[in-house]
Amino acid sequence: MTPVLRVENLGKSFTVHELGKTIRACHGVSMTIMPGEFVGITGRSGSGKSTVLKMIYRTYVPDEGRVLYDSARFGTIDLCETDERSILYLRKREIGYVSQFLNLIPRTTARSTIEEAALDMGRSAPEAREEAEALLSHFELPPELWDSFAATFSGGEKLRLNIARAMVKHPRLLLLDEPTASLDDYSKGKVRDLIERLKGEGTTMLGIFHDLEFMQGLCDREYAMSAGNFTKRADVLAGAAS
Amino acid sequence: MTGSERLESPGPAGGAPMLRVEKLSVRYGQGCPRCLSGDPGSLERNYCPECGAVWALSDVSFEVYPGEVLGIVGESGSGKSTVMNCLYFNLEPTGGRARIGAYDGGSADVFGLSLQEKRHIRNSLLGIVYQNPTNGLKMGFSSIANVAEKLIAAGNRNVGRMEARARDLLGRVSIPSARMKDAPANFSGGMQQRVQIAKALSSNPPVLLLDEVTTGLDLSVQAKVLDLIKGLQRELGISMVLVSHDLGVVRMLADRTVVLLDGRVIETGLTDQILEDPQRPYTQELVHSML
Repeated sequence: MTPVLRVENLGKSFTVHELGKTIRACHGVSMTIMPGEFVGITGRSGSGKSTVLKMIYRTYVPDEGRVLYDSARFGTIDLCETDERSILYLRKREIGYVSQFLNLIPRTTARSTIEEAALDMGRSAPEAREEAEALLSHFELPPELWDSFAATFSGGEKLRLNIARAMVKHPRLLLLDEPTASLDDYSKGKVRDLIERLKGEGTTMLGIFHDLEFMQGLCDREYAMSAGNFTKRADVLAGAAS
Repeated sequence: MTGSERLESPGPAGGAPMLRVEKLSVRYGQGCPRCLSGDPGSLERNYCPECGAVWALSDVSFEVYPGEVLGIVGESGSGKSTVMNCLYFNLEPTGGRARIGAYDGGSADVFGLSLQEKRHIRNSLLGIVYQNPTNGLKMGFSSIANVAEKLIAAGNRNVGRMEARARDLLGRVSIPSARMKDAPANFSGGMQQRVQIAKALSSNPPVLLLDEVTTGLDLSVQAKVLDLIKGLQRELGISMVLVSHDLGVVRMLADRTVVLLDGRVIETGLTDQILEDPQRPYTQELVHSML
């Protein structure tokens, strides 16, 4: 079986010209994720977890290494090397990213936030509408909010919407950057339900979670990170695909 | 490179760009061996210390794909508007080429065409919205007449049909029917921008040039103009070049972004990458000033 994602020796430093400083964020990061796996990254703040995720999504430009992704459309390509146009296509169609930051589009209703994501996937307008409503119901967003601006929602509501927007695409690979940070237990449960459902659909996921309890029983494997590198655990090695 | 070369994309996503600009240069002054060498180190900012020539643009290259929004950012004087003026044929470049996918299959350098052909491209394949509405509109004529002007230029002659089209477009940009016969001179800044957008869209152009369209508008009006542009982009899939010094506007609309400094492209990338992991000192300065 071809891995969905194979990260090889990824490294990144940030140079802040104004301060004349270079900060090494991570180095020598390697991992392999097979189709349908849910892999977690744990580690303290500042250990480089988000940097790894952002390099895979190409928000950050890696200094070294490769990110080999098995695309449904392009076959295996190196996300570090491929052109921006292809990255934009993959972001639209194959790779989802949910962060703890609630960067919802201003002046856009909850309903159209999700509908637009579905339209990007090439669904028809009625299909997009139907799927948006199904997800809004699942996340128990009160119907009176569906046609309100999402930017005015509470933190938990925004987060659920953020996840719904990524989920409506049924992405081939979903990157989760602490999606449950700052959520109450009930909302966390809702997120967990959906992650389980996505897993059931075969979505491959790579997620950062501080909440180890949340990861219990959800994660197939786990990489622990510290000082910009993985310190592999026994359970990681046991389950690791080569 | 030959004139018969077709537009192609380098990556696996394929598809030809709608607009490709190659080595665009604009020089004011004669130039001398020093600055004509093209060596970036020969200029002080964009000025040749030997002959005094000003290089408003040097070797600017970029591509815009169908349905894509390309942001161009940079400080005042970096050459952003000069790029737009060259692309709309308001200004003749000193050097460089531009090809448009919707014209002759993208094989012709449009800067080298006859005036008549340039006019045809401007009227039917391009739309522009200027920062200052007086550049894009006849302020004393009715809004319908302003839209019709572009329709006439694109070859339309039927008055009834042109009025209907103008009304339809003005309606889409939310100009109330009762005001469509009013002159833009009597409109607010936001309304004037919306009339410019209606006019620019009237010939269904595949390429839309937006030059600081929200600069100078108050925030709520800015938001409405941006909503309108975003909606039109999604609905019509127009390729857009968006010049702005407001990184928030670029973040909201642009897929990819080019950073200009002293008339040169110093950095280009996905918009989120430019904003979150800027590489060059100037880009970092620009981004850090926003945050």
